[in-house]
Amino acid sequence: MTTYRDAVRTAIQTLLREDPRVFLMGEDVGRYGGPYAASKSLLKEFGEERVRDTPLCESTFVGAGIGAALGGMRPIVEVMTVNFSLLALDQIVNNAAVLRHMSGGQFEVPIAVRMATGGGKQIAAQHSHSLENWYAHVPGIKVLAPATVQDAHDMLLAAVEDPDPVFVFEHQMLYGIEGPLDTEATPPSPWKAAIRRHGTDVSLIAYGGSVHKALTAAEELGKEEVSAEVIDLRSLRPLDRDAILESVSRTHRAVVIDEAWKTGSLASEISAILAEDAFYELDAPVARVCTVEVPIPYAKHLEEAAIPQVDRIVEAAKRSVGGG
Amino acid sequence: MTLDISRDHVLDLLRDMIRIRRLEEKSAELYSKQKIRGFLHLYIGEEAVGVGALHALREDDNIVATYREHGHALIRGIPAGEIMAEMYGKANGCSGGRGGSMHLFSAERRFYGGHAIVGGGLPIAVGLALADKMKGESRVTACFFGDGATDEGEFHESLNLAALWKLPVLFLCENNEYAMGTALYRHVSDRDIANNPPAYGIPADSVNGMDVVAVERAVHNEAELVRETSQPRFLELKTYRFRAHSMYDAELYRSKEEVEEHKKEDPIESLRERAMSDGLITQADIDAIEADTAKEISEAVEFAERGDWESVEDITRHTYARDLS
Repeated sequence: MTTYRDAVRTAIQTLLREDPRVFLMGEDVGRYGGPYAASKSLLKEFGEERVRDTPLCESTFVGAGIGAALGGMRPIVEVMTVNFSLLALDQIVNNAAVLRHMSGGQFEVPIAVRMATGGGKQIAAQHSHSLENWYAHVPGIKVLAPATVQDAHDMLLAAVEDPDPVFVFEHQMLYGIEGPLDTEATPPSPWKAAIRRHGTDVSLIAYGGSVHKALTAAEELGKEEVSAEVIDLRSLRPLDRDAILESVSRTHRAVVIDEAWKTGSLASEISAILAEDAFYELDAPVARVCTVEVPIPYAKHLEEAAIPQVDRIVEAAKRSVGGG
Repeated sequence: MTLDISRDHVLDLLRDMIRIRRLEEKSAELYSKQKIRGFLHLYIGEEAVGVGALHALREDDNIVATYREHGHALIRGIPAGEIMAEMYGKANGCSGGRGGSMHLFSAERRFYGGHAIVGGGLPIAVGLALADKMKGESRVTACFFGDGATDEGEFHESLNLAALWKLPVLFLCENNEYAMGTALYRHVSDRDIANNPPAYGIPADSVNGMDVVAVERAVHNEAELVRETSQPRFLELKTYRFRAHSMYDAELYRSKEEVEEHKKEDPIESLRERAMSDGLITQADIDAIEADTAKEISEAVEFAERGDWESVEDITRHTYARDLS
């Protein structure tokens, strides 16, 4: 068994070993070993040229990553957390996403940007955002959200190999989870959703940290004779519409779980996809379990109440099944 | 002061400044005829900066420019026809009609745009230089930006990072005294822009950006020092734009007298006068350049007129390497 953190670290190590164009940069990725210890000991193996501690200038070191990618390198840029990535939004949205297009396809930006996301650690409103949907909104970039140890490894390899800018969101509550890691197996396409648990009564559609809560909810529901299917979206842009529609056309019910605020969320997007393309398949209204519309509070009971929890997922699924 | 350069060299510099001037004048005309749309930022008055700098740089050096970059693109070697076609939005434009006036690109000429977020090109230039340094290349990345960009956090962050990591970037500040319509003294606390870089350990100098010979010499010296030391340097080019910021600008923020005063330093006129008084060139030389340029610009317009509109069916092209849908 391997931790999610070590899976990320193994992927970075493999990439650095195998491709001289790859380098890692970000705040505290070197001597500190990474704020989540995902790059521990890599400085020792690869040196300061390829494991670069940056100044605290998110916009400029992401921009420098974009420039280095234009210049033929394959940078892995760590932005520590999605909260700080807001300082780099200009470079991401106005440069990374558009340079291929604005240049008529002459240039490409093969950059991989990693960051932690999500709440659950009582670190309050400035350190608990889930803003993956902001990025998934933008054509020209791709967005991945590994929920498993295997995906944490495989998706980073795929992100660096990809010719387009790829953003990888690692939920901060997942770094410590353990799971099997097979570094030899051919990984499935990172751009496709996965069925993590088969079921027949309701589809629980989730990504990242929420996948595990959906799986626990599915177990609870099983005790009450409700067979829940759990879809892990994996890729947030492109979204695997076919997988969503295929699952819901079998279960006829959908609960979308998203740690973002409900308004303008990916859960909203998925609900709209179901309304557009699975309207006649639905036996109950689509339900969304999202974060309460409040900056994430510090106090433990309030934070827990704000973000999606297993009981709210169970409740929404039961309402969907019972009220169909 | 006598010009210390050859006749051929004077003619090259004059020709390139005239080419930019005439391209820009034609662009303004075509804008009023609605052939060119969107934003159009003319370089008229500032030609000595782009021409001097690009003559000083090597073909293999990287160029990062701003949204006022038609001149840089032209002198870098992008054909006038491809620039004009891009402004028309045609498929035969240098960015396939996807970028327009503010986003001219050429991979083969290492011309990395055409950036329209003020200050946004600086981190890109730092990254290009980082890639070169890591690959052991000896090229310089020349990064153009205006005085307005020095207000941005990315300017200060980029100077810091380039100095910290010892990257071969030549920062070229085209100070035309206005951040759009806000005068220098209204937008920076220290009007001497070259005072900034030394705070980051970057040597900085200023040069008269209306004097193409002085610009070429200064940029050449700075670029070669960047190349030798693999460390960043900074050059301020003091210039002035004779035309409005863009075609939407009513120029309420400056007087006609101020503009007229600066036109006395017209970079083309001043070089022509100096070269003629030194006996290096004659009016016949100017006439020949004007005739050649008129032909080049008229052919460029024809090239743009003849170009195809890209099919709407291909609208999502170039969003990703491979279409996602």
